[in-house]
Amino acid sequence: MSTETVEPTYELTVNGVVRPVAGAHQGDSLLHVLRDRLGLPGAKNACEQGECGSCSVLVDGVLVCACLELAEAAVGCAITTVEGLAPAGAEPGDAALASDVLTDVQQAMVEAGGVQCGFCTPGFVVAIHDLLDRVPEPSPLDVREALAGNLCRCTGYGRILAAVDQVVAVRSRSNGD
Amino acid sequence: MTDLQAPPSRGGSAGGRVGDSPIRPDGRPKVQGRFAFSSDLYAEGMLWGRTLRSPHPHARIVALDVGPALAIAGVSCVVTADDVPGAATYGLISADQPVFARDVVRYVGEPVAAVAADHPDTARQALDAIVVTYEPLPPLVDAEAAPDEPPIHPDGNVIRRIVVSHGDAEVTGDVVVEGTYEVGMQDQAFLGPESGLAVPDSEGGVDLWVATQWLHEDRDQVAACLGLAPEQVRLHLGGVGGAFGGREDVSMQVHACLLALASGHPVKMSYLRDESFLGHVHRHPARMRYRHHATWDGRLVKVEADLLLDGGAYASSSAAVVSNAARFACGPYRVPHAFIDALVVRTNNPPCGAMRGFGAVQVCFAHEAQMDRLAARLGLDPVELRLKNALGPGDVLPTGQVVTGTAPVAECVRAAVSYPLPPPAGDGVLERPGGAGRTDDPSRTRRGVGVAVGYKNLMYSEGFDDTSEARVRLAGGVATVSCAVAEVGQGFVTIAGQIARTVLGCEAVVLEPPDSAAMGSAGSSSASRQTWMSGGAVERACRLVADQVRSAYARRLGVAPEAVARADDGSLVLAAGGPSVTVAEAAGDEVFEASAVHRHRPTVPLDERGQGDADVSFVFAAHRAVVDVDPDLGLVRVVQITTGQDVGRVLNPTQVIGQIEGGIAQGVGLAVMEEIVMDAGLVRNPSFTDYLIPTVADAPEVLATCIEQPEPDAPFGAKGVGEPPTISSTAAVAAAIRAATGVDVTRVPVRPWDLV
Amino acid sequence: MTVLVPDRLDDALAALDSDPALTVLAGGTDLMVELNYGRRRPIDVLSLRRLAALRDWHVERSAAGAGTREDTVVLGAAVTYTTLLGDELARLLPALAQAARTVGSPQIRNAGTIGGNLVTGSPAGDTLPVLVAQEATVELASARNGLRRLPVSDFLTGPKQTARRPDELLVAVRIPVRPGRSEFLKIGVRNAMVIAVANCALVVDRERRALRCALGSVGPVPIRDPAAELWATTRLDWDGHAAPHPSVVEGFGRRMAAASRPIDDHRATAAYRRHAVGVMARRALERAWRPAA
Repeated sequence: MSTETVEPTYELTVNGVVRPVAGAHQGDSLLHVLRDRLGLPGAKNACEQGECGSCSVLVDGVLVCACLELAEAAVGCAITTVEGLAPAGAEPGDAALASDVLTDVQQAMVEAGGVQCGFCTPGFVVAIHDLLDRVPEPSPLDVREALAGNLCRCTGYGRILAAVDQVVAVRSRSNGD
Repeated sequence: MTDLQAPPSRGGSAGGRVGDSPIRPDGRPKVQGRFAFSSDLYAEGMLWGRTLRSPHPHARIVALDVGPALAIAGVSCVVTADDVPGAATYGLISADQPVFARDVVRYVGEPVAAVAADHPDTARQALDAIVVTYEPLPPLVDAEAAPDEPPIHPDGNVIRRIVVSHGDAEVTGDVVVEGTYEVGMQDQAFLGPESGLAVPDSEGGVDLWVATQWLHEDRDQVAACLGLAPEQVRLHLGGVGGAFGGREDVSMQVHACLLALASGHPVKMSYLRDESFLGHVHRHPARMRYRHHATWDGRLVKVEADLLLDGGAYASSSAAVVSNAARFACGPYRVPHAFIDALVVRTNNPPCGAMRGFGAVQVCFAHEAQMDRLAARLGLDPVELRLKNALGPGDVLPTGQVVTGTAPVAECVRAAVSYPLPPPAGDGVLERPGGAGRTDDPSRTRRGVGVAVGYKNLMYSEGFDDTSEARVRLAGGVATVSCAVAEVGQGFVTIAGQIARTVLGCEAVVLEPPDSAAMGSAGSSSASRQTWMSGGAVERACRLVADQVRSAYARRLGVAPEAVARADDGSLVLAAGGPSVTVAEAAGDEVFEASAVHRHRPTVPLDERGQGDADVSFVFAAHRAVVDVDPDLGLVRVVQITTGQDVGRVLNPTQVIGQIEGGIAQGVGLAVMEEIVMDAGLVRNPSFTDYLIPTVADAPEVLATCIEQPEPDAPFGAKGVGEPPTISSTAAVAAAIRAATGVDVTRVPVRPWDLV
Repeated sequence: MTVLVPDRLDDALAALDSDPALTVLAGGTDLMVELNYGRRRPIDVLSLRRLAALRDWHVERSAAGAGTREDTVVLGAAVTYTTLLGDELARLLPALAQAARTVGSPQIRNAGTIGGNLVTGSPAGDTLPVLVAQEATVELASARNGLRRLPVSDFLTGPKQTARRPDELLVAVRIPVRPGRSEFLKIGVRNAMVIAVANCALVVDRERRALRCALGSVGPVPIRDPAAELWATTRLDWDGHAAPHPSVVEGFGRRMAAASRPIDDHRATAAYRRHAVGVMARRALERAWRPAA
């Protein structure tokens, strides 16, 4: 019988690194485990209901809310957090902790004024990376629809949209469009 | 005049002087997820704290048994009112709010006890185990009735009444228009939950890292409740995930410190979102009755208004909010005769207090609705009516105060309406009312345009002696700034560096982490005051350092100090000619340090007729809103908002536009979607599922013009920019909805069933 | 608490058979909120994550005979809302794609499943009126009784109540594809991420010459009114495709509004909901009546 019973102590693969999880409580969300067990507090806890996107991560390359993922059920999945985003060609791991190189999305967010208090920022960075990886030249309405799951209370979104435009422009120029 | 339609984003490294848009110094860690918010803090041996809250809006506490909680493995301690060693109550203006309820609870969510345990889940189980026997009492939830009902608090049900009587009460106008208006309860809805970490020291004191708006005010309240000297309670700023007024009041500060001291362990508290909605104050709901008198040709003669604000169970900053409402009730117009009667009352609804705009938002919705009503009655264009009556420098306000600073009201209005109207919406579903729900029928959609203008004070008022302190140290070309400003996202950390670089000519600026023990008070991050007060303190301290450097440089050169002049750009140059050097260069290897306190000119309390020079400075903004409405379903799409805002001087273009866009989004939220829905004292929607704030799909196009008329007394001539975008944006959207539908919208938020 | 993550359906069914109290976890968009907020204690969970077949979909061609051919789209229960928005599925089931587009956020749509929407059975579930109007059936599997099928309208028995037995797993949803347009409309105060104040699905079934309209969030389960449907059906120009007479559109809307049983709650008033479904029904009919592509 191949049904697996996942023990309370388990391993999660985060940012390309297999990490043992100890001391988690039953029913802990992936968000709790990332923040409280694995020392990766980049994903944020603004609502823990899937209504704000501040905990956005990639699970097997798909954008989801970490607060809605049962940590134990994510064993064997490839999890990417904001800490694991790195410019193309970088080593796997927690790029944010290992080096100080920003991705183009991160760079654009700070340059364009898309960061005020910053609580929504990691979620937006992950969501924008996901969008532009799937749709390199999204229309303005595509961008709005793709980011509608990420709430921001400080910026009114104008500078965040400007940051996305900036990244798209630079990427398409460097692609020779 | 600066047109900020598309401010340039200046890339590259941090740096930048006043007028630039450098990258904010905390920007990199924030985009990397490395920035430590108060909810991200950890300590070895840390316990988790949670709060037990009343489920009743009004009830007697008959019995409270914490024994079952203490029996749970992993629970370290439980604290209640019996465990508060110092002052049992606290508060921003009057200390009327208990740390823990003792015999009575007065609002849903009022704290009754707190626990510390080894895991948040254990703490939650502990809360469930505490046995509280309540005897529910009828809740007082009708603000109109409150003054006549039995007091629900020893301080009575009237928190403050303020009357403004200006001119001749018997005067009337050729025309009179009346209206009654209502504003619902908005929430600040900052994303970072209330959170912090309290660490006991070994001497009976405590260090608290917390997200707040004013370290020293919190410190004083916490120390009083803990029965400790202020030096024993050291507050450090944890990263703040937004505030908008919602962190001016103490939330978890005393609770966390009590648990830390009782357990001997660090204690972390971090509210879940439902608890957050109950755990901080909200914007005062208001009911306002107005009468505007005017001449046939549209000159305002008299404004009469009765204002009623529901302050909820505890006073918070209600006394100041109602005063603001009264002082700004007429709007930024010349009003020769004004009679305002404003009341804020206590009820068993949730406590209300500071939220961006602070009383001016509510009255602006009403006075702008009145101006449109008057324009219609007189057959005048609404913009012309406003221009005709617009305040200007030298005019007298309803408080008798003369506007001695700048007052570009007409310029703001003209700028807001100067933009071309947007084209009709395209076919994309997100461009139409109803959005992805695809309800829209284009043949039915109606567009409307509305204009509104508002104003309020900058800084604190009515005789409050507000100060801010900063210390600057220059050593080896690096300026270190120590200033206790609570950075809540607004970007003071950027401005502080820009100011230091401008005055001292250095490149590297380091900001010390804000700390109540190591620094003097910088006052509150509120009232749009920090650029003026703390920017002013930083500038003062930098100038003192510059003077010290000038003297030392002169000494080194063997000349008299007067022989070294300061150029316009702040650099030092020998009066007799020669190369100019920056202050930082002139400093060489020597270390220079200076502290400064910035004060604004004194204000006075209002007298019994609401007269007095109560304010330091005023700030103005106008908005024009364009909306598309589905008249059959009452669904609204805010298409565009344009604005002219009185900024004095733009110190950081990107950050200014950020405040404008962010404030307008909150104004849009109040206009069409945001409301804490109450039912007999119970909060029906304490979650982001049902307290709706605008998403990116709801944000209108924003185009902004900054009116730069330097304010005489303000450092760099700059006025605060945070609140003006929220004051008249709501009113403009409401006016646009009226224009689109013909419905006499008299309340915000407007709900679909208000329009069909 | 145990978390089972089987990779074979039989193992999942065996687990449910031995422990009917197992909570099934698909997208987690409902269960995890309950756990995060302490409204449910951690319980034994059966995660569907590794049951790849449940995330797939295919088209079943019907057996030939009597000149009629009916394709059936078979959606695995764990098909996500994002999958429903894919080009091919959106072309086959446009109203379902329209509904999926209005659910939550991209993050929610990537995780949430059609099976979850059905099993939760919320009166506001956005796919539910579509499935009812399209006469979809659910497929339930259990170790003891194999497969059984049930019309969605029989599966949804009340607010957050379904006919699923404790030992059953919802494994598929079967939706017939027939010529004719279908529409889905939803009302929310915000442009994105809203629970429906009211929603409406309408199918013009040109093969059977019948109109079917289901309303959501205005009753304990999606509401159809066969009398209203028949009333409009008999007044539509099935042969000539002429636009319906305004009185037909208006009458249909009025009848659907009358069929609704809305309540007052913190999201909206009953009166508004009743009014709104009438408007949506009218607009849905006008749009869906245009000749099919």
